[in-house]
Amino acid sequence: MREPAPEVRPAMMTKGKGWSGREGPPEPPNMGPGPREDHSERFGHGQVGEPFADVEDPLNDIPDDAEVDPTVILGDAKVEGVLADLDRELVALQAVKSRIGEIASLLVIDRLRRAIGLEADPPTLHMCFTGNPGTGKTTVAKKMGQILFRLGYVRKGHLVSVGRDDLVGQYVGHTAPKTREVIKRAMGGVLFIDEAYHIYRLDNERDYGQETVEILLEVMENQRADLVVIMAGYKEQMNRFFSEVPGISSRIAHHIDFPDYDSDELMGITDLMLADQRYRFTEDARAAFEEYLQVRMAQPRFANGRSVRNALDRVRMRQAIRLYEAAREGQPLTKGDLVTLAADDIRRSRVFEGGAYDGLDAAPGTEQ
Amino acid sequence: MSGLRITQGTFSFLPELTDGEITAQVQYGIDQGWAVSIEYTDDPHPRNVYWDMWGMPMFDISDPAAAIYEVKRCREAFPNRYIRLNLYNPKLTKMTTAAQFFVQRPSHEPGFRLERQEVQDRVIRYTLHPYATQHPSGERYAPDDGARD
Repeated sequence: MREPAPEVRPAMMTKGKGWSGREGPPEPPNMGPGPREDHSERFGHGQVGEPFADVEDPLNDIPDDAEVDPTVILGDAKVEGVLADLDRELVALQAVKSRIGEIASLLVIDRLRRAIGLEADPPTLHMCFTGNPGTGKTTVAKKMGQILFRLGYVRKGHLVSVGRDDLVGQYVGHTAPKTREVIKRAMGGVLFIDEAYHIYRLDNERDYGQETVEILLEVMENQRADLVVIMAGYKEQMNRFFSEVPGISSRIAHHIDFPDYDSDELMGITDLMLADQRYRFTEDARAAFEEYLQVRMAQPRFANGRSVRNALDRVRMRQAIRLYEAAREGQPLTKGDLVTLAADDIRRSRVFEGGAYDGLDAAPGTEQ
Repeated sequence: MSGLRITQGTFSFLPELTDGEITAQVQYGIDQGWAVSIEYTDDPHPRNVYWDMWGMPMFDISDPAAAIYEVKRCREAFPNRYIRLNLYNPKLTKMTTAAQFFVQRPSHEPGFRLERQEVQDRVIRYTLHPYATQHPSGERYAPDDGARD
């Protein structure tokens, strides 16, 4: 690779100050305290991304009755919009919404404080989502990057979703660079570690997961302003993970539990999913699906939102078969036919036959 | 003890960049789609193009904080060496270094000796010899503030 030609200049030309090409000779080289001291101070001591870092001891300098104008920042922060979007896109999950509301207010107040020169450390926003399968942990985490970006907490708002394989290496010396690589990719956004407890395996002391955990701990502490770490997993395993790795739980400021949904909330989720995929229920179908959920919830391996999604997928397949056969028999199809799911598509599920549940949730589409 | 402040690369005419300014430059590079890499050396000769790589080039970062993080780690590991940051333009028709600048230099830079070699017909050939390279690599710049003569 060719480089720009490096150059060596005599000291006097690098002085900068006092060098005025035409008006006279340059200053003689000054070997005393000059730019060098200045540089050593500048290198490595600058502040990154802190526009108000030069404010000195503001608590004493700023009168207590200094006024701030909240309307500008409130309007600018789009908090209302973010919360309204959340309400629209997520069913139930009050705990999550109120926590995001709190974070949003804190960030706004933080900006107000900074507007009059009151500096404070950025709040820790590392989070841990626990809950049963299908309660929306991953969905919320994926939205979190955009939410925090719109609130102005993270600079880029992208989400890097990783598992154990992306973090932990396979041989000595492989793990640290691998983990750092992932962390660097996530900077400016959100690092989402699904099923974080898989990183660390207590039963195998030669497992490299320990190294990953140590780097994560260090980064979560020192790079708080640069990235937000979100861990998600099932509650019992997460708790065991936290008890095995002492430092990690206290570095996570927000532990949010995702409760199971009740049937009304599941219907809400169903409606959102249908709207998303441009389908609709007939009145009968809606009643049938409510009935389906009642039966399915009582059966083992019910996975909340994920079960709803799988059930809808199978309903769509039955509708597709129905329409396909109708088309083969020469019946004309309308747009209405294509978007409407009928009660019969749902009623033909094996769930209603009792006993056998509707396929395994892990393998959607196995049922005929 | 006098010294010589070596300059090379993109901002050679400027005083040292602060971390904030480095961040801004890296952000510009990322916006252009350039890759960031970090190199270090203790051989200050201007024609030394073989600097050591600090980790892998970062092609997939989206925020300058990642580059600053590596710069800081490199400074910690080599507090008294030259460290520079490269912005590499991987575009098919370019594929070359787009910008390259120092992010650290030793606290004391002893400078260069001018060597003259007399060859045939009283012709003189000149070359530069960095005082620092009188010592083996790794011992060239003292860890404390320029204690060596």
